[in-house]
Amino acid sequence: MCCISQYRNLLAGALAATAFFLITGGVAVAETPVNWQLGFPPAASPIMEQLNGFHNMLLVIITLIAGFVLALLLFIMLRFNSRANPTPSTTTHNTPLEVVWTVIPVLILVAIAIPSFRLLYAADVVPEADMTLKLTGNQWFWNIEYPDQDQLTYDITMLEDADRPADAPRLLAVDNDIVVPVDTTIRMQVTSVDVIHAFALPAMGVKIDAIPGHLNETWFKATREGVFYGQCSELCGARHAFMPTAVKVVSKEEFSKWIEEAKVKYASRPAPPAIGLASVSMDR
Amino acid sequence: MNNVSDAHAEHAHHPTGWRRYLYSTNHKDIGNMYLIFAIIAGLIGGTMSMIIRTELATPGDDILGGNYHLFNTLVTGHGLIMVFFLIMPALIGGFGNWFVPLMIGAPDMAFPRMNNISFWLLPPALGLLIISMFVEGPPGSNGVGGGWTIYPPLSSVAGHPGPAVDFAILSLHLAGASSILGAINFITTIFNMRAPGMTMHKMPLFVWSILVTVFLLLLSLPVLAGAITMLLTDRNFGTTFFDASGGGDPVLFQHLFWFFGHPEVYVLILPAFGIISQVVSTFSRKPVFGYMAMAYAMVAIGGIGFVVWAHHMYTVGMNVDMKAYFLAATMVIAVPTGVKIFSWVATMWGGSIEFKTPMLWAIGFIFVFTVGGVTGVVLSNAGVDVALHDTYYVVAHFHYTMSLGALFGVFCGFYYWFGKMSGRVYSEFLGKLHFWLTFIGVNLIFFPQHFLGLAGMPRRYADYPDAFAGWNMVSSIGAYISFSGVIVFLIMLAHAFMRKERCADNPWGPSATTLEWTLSSPPPFHQFNTLPWIK
Repeated sequence: MCCISQYRNLLAGALAATAFFLITGGVAVAETPVNWQLGFPPAASPIMEQLNGFHNMLLVIITLIAGFVLALLLFIMLRFNSRANPTPSTTTHNTPLEVVWTVIPVLILVAIAIPSFRLLYAADVVPEADMTLKLTGNQWFWNIEYPDQDQLTYDITMLEDADRPADAPRLLAVDNDIVVPVDTTIRMQVTSVDVIHAFALPAMGVKIDAIPGHLNETWFKATREGVFYGQCSELCGARHAFMPTAVKVVSKEEFSKWIEEAKVKYASRPAPPAIGLASVSMDR
Repeated sequence: MNNVSDAHAEHAHHPTGWRRYLYSTNHKDIGNMYLIFAIIAGLIGGTMSMIIRTELATPGDDILGGNYHLFNTLVTGHGLIMVFFLIMPALIGGFGNWFVPLMIGAPDMAFPRMNNISFWLLPPALGLLIISMFVEGPPGSNGVGGGWTIYPPLSSVAGHPGPAVDFAILSLHLAGASSILGAINFITTIFNMRAPGMTMHKMPLFVWSILVTVFLLLLSLPVLAGAITMLLTDRNFGTTFFDASGGGDPVLFQHLFWFFGHPEVYVLILPAFGIISQVVSTFSRKPVFGYMAMAYAMVAIGGIGFVVWAHHMYTVGMNVDMKAYFLAATMVIAVPTGVKIFSWVATMWGGSIEFKTPMLWAIGFIFVFTVGGVTGVVLSNAGVDVALHDTYYVVAHFHYTMSLGALFGVFCGFYYWFGKMSGRVYSEFLGKLHFWLTFIGVNLIFFPQHFLGLAGMPRRYADYPDAFAGWNMVSSIGAYISFSGVIVFLIMLAHAFMRKERCADNPWGPSATTLEWTLSSPPPFHQFNTLPWIK
């Protein structure tokens, strides 16, 4: 199970993934985290692109601040230890200094806040969508619905080791991927039938809670083809770690082909019972 | 000092044997009981974290053998025990009880009997929590697996039909009542029992930190009590406060929980701030730099701490303007926190620093708290938090402030006051060994968790995709190093109580200026029978 042979460093992994993507062109490549990864996954949506850029800026700022405090502490330990400085000063105030270390952090925070608000509003306001999907959390699998496509619906369940092809990633691969076209704005409505779950799609900068009685909304627009994994991100009981989702981004032509096949493939499944209040109250 | 002989005169009046402790109204005895309780609870919670890290050392099922609910139960127990039964009893009950009266020149707490019940509510509270691990939660499994945040519907009948959650709720009720009573006691003591001349603006910063802390407790705990009582009635009496099918709302619980929960995390860290200020000043041989700014920075942190709670809930689907408000309010906290960090640095600047064990913990605290603070600034940005929410990045952030921050404060205070409390002398070698093992260990545990979080590993996962194996292994190795530090701590304690050396009244020299150092080590059973006059 432990995969020392797979240990690669982040950069090599990311480069390999990118190179493989470039070579194989349209074929959907599974994009999984790589061992010893240090940062975010490679962005696959404009929002994740923006999020990644903003986080890089934050990373520089916080590293400088933490490094500055560490440098001060090290300098003080060398310069002002009892051997180097036997007589302590008696300074207890320095108003200009105190004003400086109040005002400068305020300025830094303002500098952070401006791009932060820009990102927040860009990510949160759902643009005009080309397509709507409805995702419903269950203990412990997801159900996807394509309301625009004759209510096409099917369940998404993690592949257990016995059923999993050798190249499918453990705990990430599922039986039925969510298939979406590339370069298409997709509105995702998320809810749950039992406890709170959360849908996450790290490569697209998406995470939204699935709450019973709420219909939450988020969106994404994939900029390249591939298979992108996400894992349930709100504690939902014993098998919380075992209800991943996989979003397979394909070309628009491939999507139209898939949707026709899917309507046939999943039609054989019994239609989900209409949500009736009576059945809900019977459960309780 | 004539109060020593006064104390002798009263010695005959206090109960002895088990009655001395069960009936105790003495702030020092009660403080000792709190500290011993915290050490025991800390060992239980620490053992749980070792089991968690062992399970997570490699991908796949390890020592828990695929019992994923048990994993969740351990995560829940670890969180609740460390918050309610280690950090709070140690910092507030233990050091607060011991040193607030001593530092303000008071003979005891304002309500000594209430002090007794505050402590004695805690062992039953811990007992109920432990019982909850052995009664049914979800069908066929024992214990609460809902995390310390116990969000419904997972913690409602829908997720946990068995009585385990009810036991946990009653445990929190008792722990909460204990803290509210303690908070009332501290507020009354600090406002009314200061020695003549000890004005509010002359109080040591540790007393200020406890004052702010107990106000946060007094104002936030009733909200938790309300929320968990509503959960209790949802579970048992058919109400639907948190059930959408009955007109309730699961998200309401989260708002109530975090209205308590965010002040609560400052409850854990503020007393540590106070301890660090005392220790940095003592071992730099300098007075505290910027005393007023330090005191009011804590007041500001406490105040702002009440208006930022929904930053724990950026992904529940709240509207964008609400997120924008909580983003801005949360960032503001960085300003008073920065004032504190820089004032500690300025206190050391120009000092004549002695690197005794407490000072190592204090300097370590300043660094790790800075790291935990700057990742807090990252998380405050709602846009970025979407990628980091409920990942190991959050786990790393709050352990840098709690497990490294607050716990470093606990050990810092423990070594600083150990001689005063026990009259014994700890071994500097063992104390420093404890520090270095802990410092290296906890950084190894939690620094790589930032990487795991950025790569997308969700928290509270009993098993993870193979790509997260490398950093998880590093993290688990760090856990074992830290635990070896705990063992050194226990050896240090045993060694200190076995050796003959006794602690001087003031082992730290003239820069230890607070009133506890004017008393004997340990102080007499009752001190300040003649009140000290503060110039």
